[in-house]
Amino acid sequence: MNKLLISAAAALALASTPVLAQPTDILNASYDIARELFEAENAAYAATGATVTINQSHAGSSAQARAILEGLQADVVTFNQVTDVQRLVEGGYVSEDWSSDFPHNAAPFYSFPSFLVRAGNPKGISDWGDLAQEGVQVIFPNPKTSGNGRYTYLAARAWATEEYAGDEAQIEEFLTKLFANVPVFETGGRAATTAFTERQLGDVLVTFEAETLAVVELMGPDNYEAIVPSVSFLSEFPVAIVDRVVDARGSREIAKAYLDFLFSPEGQEVAAANFHRPQDETVAAAHAGTFPEIRLVTVDDAFGGWDQVGSEHFADGGLLDRVFVNQ
Amino acid sequence: MAQHRSKHLLPGFGLSMGLSLFYLTLIVLLPIAAMLLKVAGMGWPEFWRIISSNRALSAYRVTFSSALFATAINGVIGLLLAWVLTRYRFPGRRLLDALVDLPFALPTAVAGLVLVTLFDASGWYGQLLEPAGIRVSYTQLGIIAAMAFTSVPFVVRSVQPVLEEVETDLESAAMTLGASRWQVFTRIIWPAILPAFIGGCVISFARSLGEFGAVVFIAGNLPGVTEIVSLLIFIRLDEYNYEAAAALAFVLLVVALLTLLASNALAAWQVRYVDRKS
Amino acid sequence: MDAQTPRSVGANLLIALAFLFAGMLLVVPLVLIFSIALRDGVGAYLNAILEPATLHAVFLTVTTAIIVVPINMVVGAALAWLVTRFRFRGRNLLVSFIELPAAVSPIVAGVVYLFLYGNQGLLGPLLQWAGVQVMFTPLAIVLVSLFVTAPYVARELIPLMQQQGTEDEEAALSLGATGWQMFWHVTLPNIRWGLVYGAVLTNARVMGEFGAVSVVSGSIRGQTNTLPLQINLLFNDFNIAGAFAAASTLALIAVLTLLLKSLLEAWERR
Repeated sequence: MNKLLISAAAALALASTPVLAQPTDILNASYDIARELFEAENAAYAATGATVTINQSHAGSSAQARAILEGLQADVVTFNQVTDVQRLVEGGYVSEDWSSDFPHNAAPFYSFPSFLVRAGNPKGISDWGDLAQEGVQVIFPNPKTSGNGRYTYLAARAWATEEYAGDEAQIEEFLTKLFANVPVFETGGRAATTAFTERQLGDVLVTFEAETLAVVELMGPDNYEAIVPSVSFLSEFPVAIVDRVVDARGSREIAKAYLDFLFSPEGQEVAAANFHRPQDETVAAAHAGTFPEIRLVTVDDAFGGWDQVGSEHFADGGLLDRVFVNQ
Repeated sequence: MAQHRSKHLLPGFGLSMGLSLFYLTLIVLLPIAAMLLKVAGMGWPEFWRIISSNRALSAYRVTFSSALFATAINGVIGLLLAWVLTRYRFPGRRLLDALVDLPFALPTAVAGLVLVTLFDASGWYGQLLEPAGIRVSYTQLGIIAAMAFTSVPFVVRSVQPVLEEVETDLESAAMTLGASRWQVFTRIIWPAILPAFIGGCVISFARSLGEFGAVVFIAGNLPGVTEIVSLLIFIRLDEYNYEAAAALAFVLLVVALLTLLASNALAAWQVRYVDRKS
Repeated sequence: MDAQTPRSVGANLLIALAFLFAGMLLVVPLVLIFSIALRDGVGAYLNAILEPATLHAVFLTVTTAIIVVPINMVVGAALAWLVTRFRFRGRNLLVSFIELPAAVSPIVAGVVYLFLYGNQGLLGPLLQWAGVQVMFTPLAIVLVSLFVTAPYVARELIPLMQQQGTEDEEAALSLGATGWQMFWHVTLPNIRWGLVYGAVLTNARVMGEFGAVSVVSGSIRGQTNTLPLQINLLFNDFNIAGAFAAASTLALIAVLTLLLKSLLEAWERR
């Protein structure tokens, strides 16, 4: 038994110390609903002749950033929120100028909060205002833990700001009603989807368009319909190299090559096929039939940038708490 | 310790003490100390603000009241099962006895997955309950169900051995003296098993307070309504709010310790009772 | 009240009630797991279980148990020996601390380990300097598993050893046995069933632990997912049948564990 213990301990020690010589694998820490996307991206990347193994970890974007700060050895991050990469910058894990390392502000693709309803749209959901109606049950993940949920909050607020011409009291009344219509707050985007599809909870799921379209394809248009609201909030999905990890492991080159692939026409094609809107215009044009027109507001236009969003809305006791926690 | 050693007849004091202290320090005390340091570093006002916030208070209320209800249910079902298992001989008794431990052996995440599937509107139980207007999934009832499921064996396993020990000749003597069955139960059996019963309930309560895996599947996780303390800690971690996570974890730790002390005191009471009897 | 006396109506009613509760609470969930796992046929079920990521989760879960169970058996026996054979100051406190890990929420277990071994934790800077990674590796899973199951063996052994007393052991010593001879030939045979029962419970808890492991595992697919985490992951991959198939393996382990335990008890009685 002693021998067994020793060899097991040795195996563990081996598994837990970084391999220094020529790594052949990298870890991609990613957001919750990107499971199928990166399975496809990684298969396509392997098809290009790349021999590197891409390991995947999926959870709420913020939870992933925290895990990296605590020591998760992720070589690259593919998040759904800039603020979560910013956390890594503050912790000294990602360089200040990460967003200029890659084209399009280091966001290879984007999406926005959109609606998924049950077949026939029995509650007649067409825009944000319908979500706050009495008797409508809405599902979206916890904005405190999920980037997906935060985008939903920002999109709803952006719509309300236009609808009520900036009257804060009316905006908050709308948001409070909206949050009161949510029967369950899952911590991640995918858990919210399974609550809607598997547990048949709620009348409308608010999540990224990428997820709504994927569900319609997977589970059939005779079961679900994707609805695009009149306006939504641009959700760019940033990628970054985790400098501290790749420098320790010597994996910068393979990490960079992998992220470069996401911006290549092949990588963009896979993203579009998995319902993430590509930045590449040629690829976007080829998939125009999949992605309907939508007016998207940006964080800079509507909220004065991510820093201001953080301090005004998401800080403890901020505007989000007024409609969510202290209801 | 040297002076102790001379008094011990049996060997191995140094070895077992050394190993135990080393292990407890490394595996149990050191991690807990890390958390205490975190708590100590935040200062009293901050600590108080976190543990007395509205959201935390609601989470305590949901967690504690659910655990109380679950314990009450377990008290009744557990006593019934222990009674039937010790007092009657019937086909399938051994099977029933083995089944009681299932919640110990079944992983809590599996239990949660199963309970939510059962109690969903389309589930086997949900189909029966929902038309009657009883919603279990995503309500506090669901939390209670999950807690009751994962801790039911504690009451049975505490009461069972004591119930086996209660002298049947004492009972028959009472019966021949004209006592009714009910009198025998309330005068002889109940006082004998009470300490064990309470002890089992206390452990069941402690386990319910800490249950996480099964509860998060079936609770709605709605702040203030169906959010338990363990989940709030988890959420605080994900929000990078380490102070809050540490403070709330500290509260749960203290409650667990108090519960343990209470149950150990009860055990001592029970030992005294048995001693007095013999 | 024994096998010979006919049962009253009330007794039969109580027995029926007990079976009803046990059936609703315990049997139906088991049936449900297998019925959903097998919903798409045996072939699909086997495919789901033999999927590499699920197999790796089984491997990691079993490996963790193989490491944790023997360690906690040895330490549990030492702890029980210490508190039942010697009187010393702080003994009651020690007993409470042994029990603490099982009474506290598994999330707290995960949190305290994060605060110790995380980069921002107490030992974080030291570990980083030494280049040792603990959090989010299988090592962290082993450590929290040791924590949550630390009391299980001792909890079984302490009442047993208290009840058995020390006469046998003292007799062996007076006959000239060394300490180890006494332990191997007298103590161990006396406590073996308690030890095995404690190990069985430890094993069940290690294999099923979810809350604590979910805090310290990086959930890297095919690397640091234990079986309970894999079930959660499959469920969130829309792979319901796969999730229940993986759950059925754990349920099967649970049933086998219980079977083993009843067999041991029957054996012991003989």
